Amino acid sequence: MIDALLIPTIKILIVLNATLVAVSYMVLLERKVIAWAQSRLGPMRVGPYGILQPIADALKLMIKEDITPVRADKWVFTAAPIITMVPALIVYAVIPFGPEVSLFGRQVTLYITDINVGLLYIVSVASIGVYGLILAGYASNSKYPLLASLRASAQLISYEVAVTLTLVSVIMVAGSLSMVSIVRAQESQQVWFAFIQPVAFVIFFIGGLAETNRAPFDLPEAEQELTGGFHTEYSGMRFALFFLAEYANIIVVSSVATTLFLGGWLRPFPSWEWLSFLDIIPSWMWFLLKSFAFLYVFVWVRATFPRYRYDQLMRLGWKVLIPLAILNLVVTGIVKVLVGAS
Amino acid sequence: MAEAIVFYTLAAFILGFAVLVVTTKDTVHSVLFLVLDFLFVAALYVLLEAPFLAAIQVLVYAGGIVVLYLFVVMLVNLQRPPEAHEDPRRLTRVGFGLSMAVLAELAAIAAYSASIPASPAIGSAAALPVSGNTEEVGWMLYTSYLIPFEIASMLLLVAMIGAILLAKREL
Repeated sequence: MIDALLIPTIKILIVLNATLVAVSYMVLLERKVIAWAQSRLGPMRVGPYGILQPIADALKLMIKEDITPVRADKWVFTAAPIITMVPALIVYAVIPFGPEVSLFGRQVTLYITDINVGLLYIVSVASIGVYGLILAGYASNSKYPLLASLRASAQLISYEVAVTLTLVSVIMVAGSLSMVSIVRAQESQQVWFAFIQPVAFVIFFIGGLAETNRAPFDLPEAEQELTGGFHTEYSGMRFALFFLAEYANIIVVSSVATTLFLGGWLRPFPSWEWLSFLDIIPSWMWFLLKSFAFLYVFVWVRATFPRYRYDQLMRLGWKVLIPLAILNLVVTGIVKVLVGAS
Repeated sequence: MAEAIVFYTLAAFILGFAVLVVTTKDTVHSVLFLVLDFLFVAALYVLLEAPFLAAIQVLVYAGGIVVLYLFVVMLVNLQRPPEAHEDPRRLTRVGFGLSMAVLAELAAIAAYSASIPASPAIGSAAALPVSGNTEEVGWMLYTSYLIPFEIASMLLLVAMIGAILLAKREL
């Protein structure tokens, strides 16, 4: 009874709450890092060094007036933020934060579940998230959101292809779809897959930027052209849901990249004995550190690069990344057969 | 027992959403009910212990094909009045004929499967050299069902080339 119900429930509660806290602090991190990149201070007023800023933001968004436009499609308008938020959160069910540890004299796994088709589950759940963007733009009954949502969905569908192809090449190396097995494969092959699959790693990162609508691919919310993007007509908590979902998706991409390419919870060079003093840092901490590095790079990229033009974005996706990903897949297959034959 | 309860609940939802798909006036809402329907079908696959098929169902149908449906429905003007010379009940008759054909086909399948004795599933788990749902599906596709699999991929290729030819008159 305890094993079947109580422990998973506790794990889900912890992961959900930690995610929401991490998401709100991701906003602060972004504002701070961009401010530093531009020689500013960033938020400083709420708490020391602005550390309580996310709480103030959340309070503000909760007590703001929640407006539904008169000519909006009310049901779809209400459902769209939820459809965006739910996939961004349920993906965490298969992300392995660490291996089995003993806690209070009981073996506990540091992931909610390890299903046989974990990676496929992530891809399919993420593909449902597109509906939130499309429907938000459609239901608002307003031209800027509609244009932005068309842009966003075309962008997501295009880059989804390239990202999924890179995942296939990782699956071929790991020989499994389960997230835990992929980390275990990196342990037994004694190398992070970022070194075996550098091309896939780069394509995944670029595709991840595009999938999460981040700069330099943040065309769906290009303020100069589209006012606010697909959520222009949203206000208050419903707007906040879109905002949270966006950052939750960034964290998902970072954790998936960590798991697939940077060895998940493993310490650097897990086969080198003389580095074993690094084991003093627990495995889940390694996972969080690596994910945090990704998050930092996401913000860094936003502070550094200007936005792409729409035709450049489409050209990069369809004419560079997808052919490159297919080529990488073919080469991976050939090498795998050659290595297996010898 | 529990399995039967879950199955009939899911089946009720699937049929209910399917009815809503064809009866809702607003086309976008109708497409959304179709998405819900596909998600419940995926749940049915999970119940049948076919997680790979469930994930593919969500990825390809709910997340891929219906997004394109939604695009078309949103961008095409559906308010166009019917042409004057068209028989307004033509579509009803065609639809009725098609659904009768599908019903007859289903009845034939049911009758056929009832008439033959239950054979052991082709390649039951013991006979396969691999384990795990995904691996078994892959093994079956590349051994027993290789030719249907290749024909299906050929069809997809033809469809893709056809779409490119239609969209780009001058190549």
